Amino acid sequence: MTNHWRDIKNADLILINGANPAEAHPVGFQWFMRAKLDRGAKIIHADPRFTRTSAVADMYLRIRTGTDVAYFGGLINHVLQNNLFQDVYVRNYTNASFIVKQAFAFNDGLFSGYDPAKRAYDITSWSYQLGSDGFAKRDMTLQDPQSVFQLMKAHYSRYTPDVVSSITGIPVNEFNKVADLVGQMGKPDKVMTIVYAVGLTHHTTGGQLIRSGALLQLLLGNMGRPGGGMNAERGHANIQGNTDHAISWEILPGYLKIPAPGQKNLDDYVAQSAPKKSDPNSWNFFGTNYRNFMVSTLKAWYGDAATKTNEFAFDYVPKPGQNSSWMSIFDQALKGKMEGLILSGMTAASIGPDANQVQQALSNLKWLVVMDPLPTTSSEFWRAPGVDSGQVKTEVFMLPTTHWIEKDGSFVNSGRWSQWKDQVIPPQGNARHDHWVLSDLFARVKDLYKQQGGKFPDPIMHLTFDYQDPLKPLLDEIAKEINGKDLSTGKQMTSFANLKSDGTTTTGDWIYTGSYLDTGNLMKRRSGIQDPATNDPTGMGFYPNWAWSWPLNRRVLYNRASADLDGAPWDPTRPGISWNGTKWVGDVPDYPATMNPKDPNAYLPFIMNGEGVGRLFSNGMIDGPFPEHYEPVESPVQNPLHPANSASPVAFLYDQASGRPNRFGTVTDFPYIATSYRLTEHEHYVTQHVPHLVQLQPEPFVEIPWELAQTKGIKTGDKVRVSSKRGKVEVLAMVTKRLGSMTCAGQKVFQIGIPIHWGYVGISADADPGHGRYWLANALTPFVGDANSRTPEFKAFLVNLEKM
Amino acid sequence: MPTVTRRDFLKAGVAGAGALAVAGLGFDVAFAQSTKVKQTLRIAGAKELHSICPYCAVGCSLVAYTRQNTDGSVQLLQIEGDPDSPVNEGRLCPKGATAMQLAVSPRRVADPQYRAAGATGWKTVSWDFALGKIAQNMKASRDATFVATDGNGNTVNRTEGIAFAGGAAFSSEEGYFATKLMRSLGLVHLEQQARV
Repeated sequence: MTNHWRDIKNADLILINGANPAEAHPVGFQWFMRAKLDRGAKIIHADPRFTRTSAVADMYLRIRTGTDVAYFGGLINHVLQNNLFQDVYVRNYTNASFIVKQAFAFNDGLFSGYDPAKRAYDITSWSYQLGSDGFAKRDMTLQDPQSVFQLMKAHYSRYTPDVVSSITGIPVNEFNKVADLVGQMGKPDKVMTIVYAVGLTHHTTGGQLIRSGALLQLLLGNMGRPGGGMNAERGHANIQGNTDHAISWEILPGYLKIPAPGQKNLDDYVAQSAPKKSDPNSWNFFGTNYRNFMVSTLKAWYGDAATKTNEFAFDYVPKPGQNSSWMSIFDQALKGKMEGLILSGMTAASIGPDANQVQQALSNLKWLVVMDPLPTTSSEFWRAPGVDSGQVKTEVFMLPTTHWIEKDGSFVNSGRWSQWKDQVIPPQGNARHDHWVLSDLFARVKDLYKQQGGKFPDPIMHLTFDYQDPLKPLLDEIAKEINGKDLSTGKQMTSFANLKSDGTTTTGDWIYTGSYLDTGNLMKRRSGIQDPATNDPTGMGFYPNWAWSWPLNRRVLYNRASADLDGAPWDPTRPGISWNGTKWVGDVPDYPATMNPKDPNAYLPFIMNGEGVGRLFSNGMIDGPFPEHYEPVESPVQNPLHPANSASPVAFLYDQASGRPNRFGTVTDFPYIATSYRLTEHEHYVTQHVPHLVQLQPEPFVEIPWELAQTKGIKTGDKVRVSSKRGKVEVLAMVTKRLGSMTCAGQKVFQIGIPIHWGYVGISADADPGHGRYWLANALTPFVGDANSRTPEFKAFLVNLEKM
Repeated sequence: MPTVTRRDFLKAGVAGAGALAVAGLGFDVAFAQSTKVKQTLRIAGAKELHSICPYCAVGCSLVAYTRQNTDGSVQLLQIEGDPDSPVNEGRLCPKGATAMQLAVSPRRVADPQYRAAGATGWKTVSWDFALGKIAQNMKASRDATFVATDGNGNTVNRTEGIAFAGGAAFSSEEGYFATKLMRSLGLVHLEQQARV
């Protein structure tokens, strides 16, 4: 989230797409309701399924899954065509005025630079024209036909209400009502928030779905403001913290890029990774400090072995040759190139797309380690129902690890609040902490290298273990390490702004610098609503002394943009930060604390971007500088905008690229759209072990629209088979009017809803005669993902439906 | 109906009367206060600790109560929403409200389990056996799949044949530690729950 849970109460209008917070984040949803009940805010919910969120929304729009680019596109077009954007903000705080190269083009669904053989773009033309000073050319009148503003207006002019309706299935009159409400949010005294979850990310266009919302928010001047922003609701307790700390193939801690092959030293790395300053008034804070952050992390990891002479051990960091994300792991296993897999609190057999193919991939491994407090489908995959155990050659280890409540440490919520927890009870039985298992394994591997030698042992030998007991590091010690210290004084760093590239400072993750000072661990702070007058001095709900929020305890990201050019809040009743004549006050400023906004050299507001402003046009995405609607890889209709390029032209097709048979179905065999989702009473798969929750939601089911059920003679409680090109589920039918038919591209289409929570492990499976053999929802989902992030397309695929 | 806050409710001293608590709509605080039911609270004399809900990422704060038994073991008595939190203000959803059944469960795996290639059942093993064997596997797979220099002559120092995934439910500090160790083993296949 750019903002945080409690901040949603500050909004005038709440757009919810690809999310069902009333059921999936019910306690967070109280802040939506506070906005509605206390300020009269309106809630608009666009979702394939009418849910409890829809029930309290002011408008519910039944949208075809995977078409939100068109929905947001129509809203953007409405705002641009009717001059409803926040004019001062758009001119000064976005790159609307930047001039793009003449060679940039968009025709028939393809941007300039497309290579069909590689299924990839050469993005050279997706950049700015540069002036003689080396900075981007700008036209503050926004009239230049090559200005981002004019190009954007032309791009979005195709998203008329009729086109939007044809793609999304939302009736034109309903769409127009939403457009009217959204169009009012560009006034400085109004603010809208957009809230989304995996219903937006789980598509081949996932990144651009979210970017579409961000563009709308920039046009309306809502980024950086309390009550505004782009707010992702994350689904697991610490998905945020562990993304920040880079358990992710493409990054190092704090969203530094993983080095790429060919980068021989830090100069190459920084030149190819850091944002570049493209306007004279841009601070380019991230780009300027990139080297400081990287060197300080290398010092935290490799200590005295990281020296100026060896480029601070830059060669110790592995450089991936290709995408190495979730599906890539199993693709490599299918090709016999992956030998071992360690799963810590994740179950591969249930959570990835195309579960049958993943089952095969797991069987191809030499060894599998599962670290979990409870049995999972991965620890049991070798004896799943229907599997001949004797034929599975994978060696499997099940290591019992501790639950969250048996250890301390922090969880970071969706709003970036890092909240420390106590160790409440000791480990049960012989369970061990995950990090103690890893430190023990690492020590054993290190000993083997000492005894036997082997490939490039240097990073293993020199990794720092500055803990009282290296086999049992305390999470408190690690938290201090993450914050970082000044090696010359031994003091904890107070800000990442002080990190250096000369090897005299350390940080484990620069965005957490400032969380653990010499005075103590700020994540433990507990000044909450027991005393609102003292603890929430601005009344905006920041609660600055409750836990700690990255970066530097800032509660709303990009908050310089919450104030106008002179530093006054756009809406004085909802200030983010404001200039009091000598300094910025309010939230922790995303700006130099004493920089006078009226100074002609004052920095532009978006300090992390090279441009210094928000990017309506960006070459940061591989599938286009503007979002474009593409159909899901499996879709019953052709893209009305450009049938010749219907689906994403750059989404990576794993099976095709690896020479395996295609596993995508067509509408002829699989006529219905399916989308997967989650229930209030379960979380992913672990709650299959919680008796009360199993009692509340005991059996898997699919939601079937009433009209479709009628034609098939299906009643609630009947057993049905839902199948895709990849597999099937056999579960109970729930016939409902929460789903219904829609007309898209002139065709009548139906959507089916599939909750994901069941599999062949857990209390329900134990009670089932078939032991949940056909209960894995992901047996149906396609092995393809977002062009940029490779997040699987769990939310839109084709199935058939039969009564059993 | 009078507005009943959670604090009033607890003050009424009927925390032990579970059936009444569930049927809260028909509950009369004034009556409960007047009758002064004498009961020992389940959490009387307990130690109060703070945690965070392990499920979704709203980040609801929890209050957990424990008591040390005479044999020295620590018993978890109760988990409830923390009324001081600006995030949840004491409220919990069905998952958070049943967090105790996740924390303490007879379904937990007690000891390390090992299943050899082609075996049809688990074998209970010691930690030393399991960790020793895994470490040997890691060393062998690392050495077998390590690429020091790629086809273009670039130094890449990567282990291609081992993947690590995890972390949505362990502490941030454990996550950072996992990244630090796995990158130092040369792993490029690192993943967690953000994508799936």
